Amino acid sequence: MNPMNYIYLSAALFAIGAFGVLFRRNAIVVFMCIELMLNAANLAFVVFARINGTLDGQVVAFFVMVVAAAEVVIGLAIIMAIFATRRSASIDEANLLRS
Amino acid sequence: METIAAASGITSLTWLLIALPVAGALILLGSGRRTNAFGHLLGVATIAGSFVVAVLLWLNMLGKSSDQRATRDFLFTWMSLGRFKVDVALQLDQLSMAFVLLITGVGLLIHIYAVGYMHGDDGRRRFFGYLNLFVASMLLLVLADSFALLYVGWEGVGLASYLLIGYYQTRESAGPAAKKAFVVNRVGDIGMSVAIMVMFAAFGTVTFQGVFAAAPSASTGIVTAIGFALLLAACGKSAQFPLQSWLLDAMEGPTPVSALIHAATMVTAGVYLIARSNPIFEVAPNAQMGVIVVGVITLLAGGIIASAKDDIKKALAGSTMSAIGFMMLAVGLGKSGYVYAIAFLLAHGFFKAGLFLGAGSVMHGMNDQVNMRRFGALRSVMAITTLTFGLGYLAIIGIPPLAGYFTKDVIIESAMARNPIIGTAAVIGAGLTAFYMSRIFFMTFIGPKRWTQDVHPHESPVVMTAPMVILAIGSVASGYLLMRNQTLQRWLEPVTGFTEPDGALRPLVLTGITLAVVALGIIAAVVLFLRRPIPETAPSKVSVLVSAARRDLYGDAFNEAVFMRPGQWLTRSLVWVDNRVIDGAVNGVAAGLGGLSARVRRTQTGYTRSYSLVMLSGALLVIVLLWIVRL
Repeated sequence: MNPMNYIYLSAALFAIGAFGVLFRRNAIVVFMCIELMLNAANLAFVVFARINGTLDGQVVAFFVMVVAAAEVVIGLAIIMAIFATRRSASIDEANLLRS
Repeated sequence: METIAAASGITSLTWLLIALPVAGALILLGSGRRTNAFGHLLGVATIAGSFVVAVLLWLNMLGKSSDQRATRDFLFTWMSLGRFKVDVALQLDQLSMAFVLLITGVGLLIHIYAVGYMHGDDGRRRFFGYLNLFVASMLLLVLADSFALLYVGWEGVGLASYLLIGYYQTRESAGPAAKKAFVVNRVGDIGMSVAIMVMFAAFGTVTFQGVFAAAPSASTGIVTAIGFALLLAACGKSAQFPLQSWLLDAMEGPTPVSALIHAATMVTAGVYLIARSNPIFEVAPNAQMGVIVVGVITLLAGGIIASAKDDIKKALAGSTMSAIGFMMLAVGLGKSGYVYAIAFLLAHGFFKAGLFLGAGSVMHGMNDQVNMRRFGALRSVMAITTLTFGLGYLAIIGIPPLAGYFTKDVIIESAMARNPIIGTAAVIGAGLTAFYMSRIFFMTFIGPKRWTQDVHPHESPVVMTAPMVILAIGSVASGYLLMRNQTLQRWLEPVTGFTEPDGALRPLVLTGITLAVVALGIIAAVVLFLRRPIPETAPSKVSVLVSAARRDLYGDAFNEAVFMRPGQWLTRSLVWVDNRVIDGAVNGVAAGLGGLSARVRRTQTGYTRSYSLVMLSGALLVIVLLWIVRL
């Protein structure tokens, strides 16, 4: 099977994730889309490792997973805090930094 | 070259001469209202103390032989920077001694007089503080042993005169007059500082002894430069052409100040400077000629100005200009003139102080009026003032055997021996002196009453008349005492040198000519101001010369046109450049940055999604760029 197909899949997943970040307002959904983009990148790393016959890409994929896990913890905590104070998870309403 | 011994015994007290008035000034100016009650007495006491010390030092000096009279009282080292070393040391020799006696003696009389004159003035304590400062500075000036220390006294005199001319702070004209005196003096001070710098560069020292020892072997260019720089300095302090303009305005100060400036301190400083620097001028004949020219111009200009003034103090001020011009002329004549200049200076100290105190006494009785056209017939109510003023008047115009005759005649004789043109100018100056002094005397004391309605003239109190009487005695006797048996010649000879003038005309003939010219001046004044009635307002249809003299021979107009207006234009254009160009550039940059940041701020919307879009676009842009580069 041609490994490039996986690259195209990865690009499609990344595009979907980016689209979601730009166009959805719900903070949880935006967050999920970010995870999608991260996983698209992971997929690309693993495919490149396979193409080149080395393990470097796979190692980096593990690092990305660890960072993503940490990021999920902090990100969800922030969303919870915003929801607790504003009773809303819309990211357009959290624009206090503007002025 | 005289030898100078270290001070010992009583001469090591020389510093007391200066310390007493300095202490007086510090106490009076620093203590505030607490010393109001007795401040004037303290001011008089310090000068009296100085005078006593001066007389003791003089008696001590008389007891020594003439080549051992000079002493140097070392106090402390002022500064020592590499080769440059200046001591604070006081050099007391025959020349300094003559000045010290004049300054403290006449200064004391003026202080006593001021007690009466300033009676009832709220600032009398402050006034006496300034007077003490003035006397102290002048004493430092004549006692210094180096040009650097002399400069300290020189500036002190300038400061004290500024404070005293501007003493009447509430008077609108006093402030500008004080500033004018200060600024014009500053122009002269440039000459002083240049002279000191050249001396140090050329000789490596600024002490009198060092400079005078090195001067004869220095190049002509250097001594001539120093000579002209010193002449500029002397012109500023002594109100000589072309720096004469401050003296007439200096009449804004109280009358005792005028007397002090004109008789004992300040204007005599320039004459002292040149007499003291005689070893430099002896080897710089061009600079000497410059001194003569300045003296001749000033003695004639002063006489012409004095002849046209209706303000009694300004007329006397013009007379001082003229008299100092005589002294400058004499010091320019070299060894045959120094002694005569000092003799005239000492005699002038007596009669000019007497004349100014007399004028003050007249003003005191006439509600501070100064316009001579509203005086007249004052001899009927002011007997003592008339007598003392009259003796001063006869002395200054050189009637034998009063002081002016003995001291001015020899200057004319010496000038004539040098050059008939200079001598003739001096004779004309003597005639002018006779004319304007007679005019002042006739308009003030003789003739019909022209008083304003509200005046009740009266004689001044004893505290004022007593100094006037003493000064009048000095005006009568000082000339004879100084010149008898060549007393002053022998006294000053070790310091300034002396040679008898050697003229073509016999002295007796010259004296006859001079007296005839003086008589002409008096007769002209009698015809114009005694026989004819004097209008109460100054006539407007007058000759060109009179209107020029009324405006100080256009000295102020010249200064305004040549220095003041271009200066104002320059400052105005500089202010314009500062406001428009420099401030414009700075403000423009700030405004541009402000506008730019206001525009940049619009991109900060606060919406997370728009930030992500920017990030994404940026990332895509980078990728596209990389792609293009790779292709």
